[in-house]
Amino acid sequence: MIKSKTAFAPYLVWMGIFIIVPMILVGYFAFTDQHGAFTLKNLAEVGQYSNVFLRSIWLGLIATVISLLLGYPLAYLISRTGSHRQGMLIMLIMLPMWMNFLLRTYAWMTLLEDSGIINTFLAGLGLGRLHLINTAGAVVLGMVYNYIPYMILPIYSVLTKIDESVIEAAQDLGAGRRKVFLKVTLPMSMPGVISGVTMVFVPSVSTFIISKMLGGGGNLLIGDLIDMQFLGSAYNPNLGSAISLVLMVLILICMGIMNQFDEGGSEDGEGMLI
Amino acid sequence: MTKTVSRLYMALVYLFLYAPIFILIIFSFNDSSTMSRSVWSGFSLRWYRQLFQDRLIMEALQNTLIIALISSLGATAIGTAAAIGINGMKRFTRKAVMNITNFPMVNPEIVTGVSLMLLFVFFARALGGVSLGMVSLILAHITFSLPYVILSVLPKLRQMDPHLYEAAQDLGCPPVKSFLKVVLPEIIPGVVTGMIMAFTLSIDDFVISYFTSGTTQTLPIYIYSMTRKRISPEINALSTLLFGTILVLLLIVNVRRSKDKQQEAEREEA
Amino acid sequence: MKKRLAAFALSLFFLWPAALPVSARADGEATPKTGVTINVYNWGEYISNGVDDSIDVNKEFTRRTGIQVNYTTFESNENLYAKLVSGGANYDVIIPSDYMISKLIKENLVQKLDYQNIPNSKYIDQDFLKPVYDPTNEYSVPYTWGVVGIFYNKKYVKETVDSWDILWDEKYAGKILMFDNPRDAFGIAQKRLGFSFNSTDPNEWEEAAMLLKKQKPLVQAYVMDQIFDKMASGEAWLAPYYAGDAATLVDSNSDIGFAIPTKQGTNFFVDAMCIPTSAQHKAAAEAYINFLCDPEIAAANVDYIGYSTPESAAKALLPEEVQNNPIYYPPKEILEKAETFATLPDDTNLLLDTLWAEVKMGGPGQTATLIAILAGFLLLYIAVVLYKRHKRRWDFK
Repeated sequence: MIKSKTAFAPYLVWMGIFIIVPMILVGYFAFTDQHGAFTLKNLAEVGQYSNVFLRSIWLGLIATVISLLLGYPLAYLISRTGSHRQGMLIMLIMLPMWMNFLLRTYAWMTLLEDSGIINTFLAGLGLGRLHLINTAGAVVLGMVYNYIPYMILPIYSVLTKIDESVIEAAQDLGAGRRKVFLKVTLPMSMPGVISGVTMVFVPSVSTFIISKMLGGGGNLLIGDLIDMQFLGSAYNPNLGSAISLVLMVLILICMGIMNQFDEGGSEDGEGMLI
Repeated sequence: MTKTVSRLYMALVYLFLYAPIFILIIFSFNDSSTMSRSVWSGFSLRWYRQLFQDRLIMEALQNTLIIALISSLGATAIGTAAAIGINGMKRFTRKAVMNITNFPMVNPEIVTGVSLMLLFVFFARALGGVSLGMVSLILAHITFSLPYVILSVLPKLRQMDPHLYEAAQDLGCPPVKSFLKVVLPEIIPGVVTGMIMAFTLSIDDFVISYFTSGTTQTLPIYIYSMTRKRISPEINALSTLLFGTILVLLLIVNVRRSKDKQQEAEREEA
Repeated sequence: MKKRLAAFALSLFFLWPAALPVSARADGEATPKTGVTINVYNWGEYISNGVDDSIDVNKEFTRRTGIQVNYTTFESNENLYAKLVSGGANYDVIIPSDYMISKLIKENLVQKLDYQNIPNSKYIDQDFLKPVYDPTNEYSVPYTWGVVGIFYNKKYVKETVDSWDILWDEKYAGKILMFDNPRDAFGIAQKRLGFSFNSTDPNEWEEAAMLLKKQKPLVQAYVMDQIFDKMASGEAWLAPYYAGDAATLVDSNSDIGFAIPTKQGTNFFVDAMCIPTSAQHKAAAEAYINFLCDPEIAAANVDYIGYSTPESAAKALLPEEVQNNPIYYPPKEILEKAETFATLPDDTNLLLDTLWAEVKMGGPGQTATLIAILAGFLLLYIAVVLYKRHKRRWDFK
């Protein structure tokens, strides 16, 4: 084969400079004060914002669950349509992703406002106005809207790979449609679900801007907190680094949990195929 | 019955996905001087006219395209080489390297942005206080696109017959030439996919650019500053144009792909 | 190989400044004589930009001097400070407010101006020379000044607005906007409590923070320039903001009124032009400042943005009704009651930042809670690992 070391070298250097060193810098800032002296004060101060962490995780979880509940049936239905239309339908799922997420979120702003389109419409029908924007619900909506394609796509791709003959075999053995779904399709699509859950949860927890645009003042998340410390109104990069560090640890643990399921899922799947 | 229900369900989800975008588009043609975003007051193209007169937007667009072009080329070159290297590795090393490669993809974007900002500022200070800008943006964009390039090239390499390259060399072809003549044609679809991905990721990126841009404005950063100010329907006009461009591009790609598939099917039949 | 790549990377860094002027070529109309681009960092909605037949100040400057302007905006003094200190951005002209200027001077982040390059500074009125924030008058040239007041929608707010108390009125819950920067937000609470903006007493700051936390459920959103949008559309009914924006706001919605709470006093501010220490084009930056001080340009500029000019010569060029408008040029008794922000000592600043984050993020949390969250996730992880291992062993049997 091609001499791998020479080809790999530029990448290795690149990773060292632009991935490893920055992470070390975050760690360095997190454990030092403004003058560069070692301190644990920053990490201790992160605790003050535990409610922000709680809120982020909570809203992220809700958004993930909603995306799963909305996205799974859709992925399933798409995978059951004719192959010609499938490509079209999947392209339509991907299309909004190509539009800048600021614009997508901005679109929801104009919809949800008190004097926005939904409320104008409701008022026109003689129904009262609803208070929609600047609530936690609006933030969750923004997350679901922005990240649901990341849920649908992996589930869909796993579902299309399921061997038809397995399902037929189950049917031949007398399983009803419900039973086939619960005992065969669902377990076999778990890898897709797992990666979908990860791909929605991680950006939801660490988002900033969505909460700023749709959540008003009361629903700030970890991302906003970090932004505030680096380029926002409460300048303190040391504290910001400490918060980033905690967020990273949190995400890594979540990934670890997900990975456990993922391995199991594919093993089970393989076992079944044999 | 169940078919109607499932059709209805699909229609509703697609409505959820597209309604906001269509409303954005409709209101980009709204002729309103009060800048209200929910009252229709006649058709006009004034926001498009204003958009093209806006020097800052055009400048931001130019910056965005330059950065996307250079960073996607850079990421493709480094990433393809890296994929070749990774492909030739032993199982254990490969697993370790892939774990680090995946890291930027799972790491929260904001943390990547912040960490790169710390790095660039550190470098900038060391160089006597130069400003962050185009160069730091390009470096950051290459960094976050690399994993995507590698992941789209690797499968193609794995599909390739490893002996092809050796055979070419045995026949007296120099390494560079045998790479260009033998390996590259085999993996080119993966390389192109990776490059397109890097390009679009770069155009779309806001979070990492926000932290590493210094004084340079890219389109997403400009859009952000627009949403923080008095909002003008110019932003709707801009969305419409971007959406239209993407739609056309995707259609072209799709048509080409289905043509390829047809040809392939025909060839197989023959 | 590795070495060669490192050299390549290094050369990229050295090319950095050379790569910058790429953005300068965008404007095809002007013919740059110098090829210099200056980076100007100003508040949002704070310069005449050519909309509605106003003068496009930056374009005019480029036309006259050939110097290109890369114009970007910030939201608050604190944003400016953060970007300047940690963003690695080199600006040539910045326009912060009084208290931030003295902080920047103290931290050596702005440099002394060469007044020979700014002859138009002679037009600045006597009252604005040697201000408290720049006592030697070496670092800054005033851009505009103004006071803070309350914007309200007359359709929904029928009572007379003459006190900050109305921002705490539950009648208007969900319709109140608030400043998204610590000094302005705390300032309102402090004036309501009768404190000075520049207090160094931690208890007073804590008390003001309590008041802001009490207000939070009533606040629709913490915003800066989004106020234009939200007030004009009737989305919000009450918002404290800078008097200079009255013209723009009343223009966009005739229902909007403006009042300065005279009894409790308000904030008198000056925004002034400075050159950061890291500026790359000092002479060009001074030319820009000089250009903005030209009475004709200054008049055309403030005529559009609505803030008050510190130059009598420029004021004289404004329409009669603007000159006599008490919103833009308030009577003496209001100005005498108004207080200016001064730089706070470091520990007070730190307290302010912490309290501000607390107000915006909700009351102080517990470290224990955070540790519990992390531990919870970790336990879940361990449980999953153990379960899998257990299950595998079971499967073998």
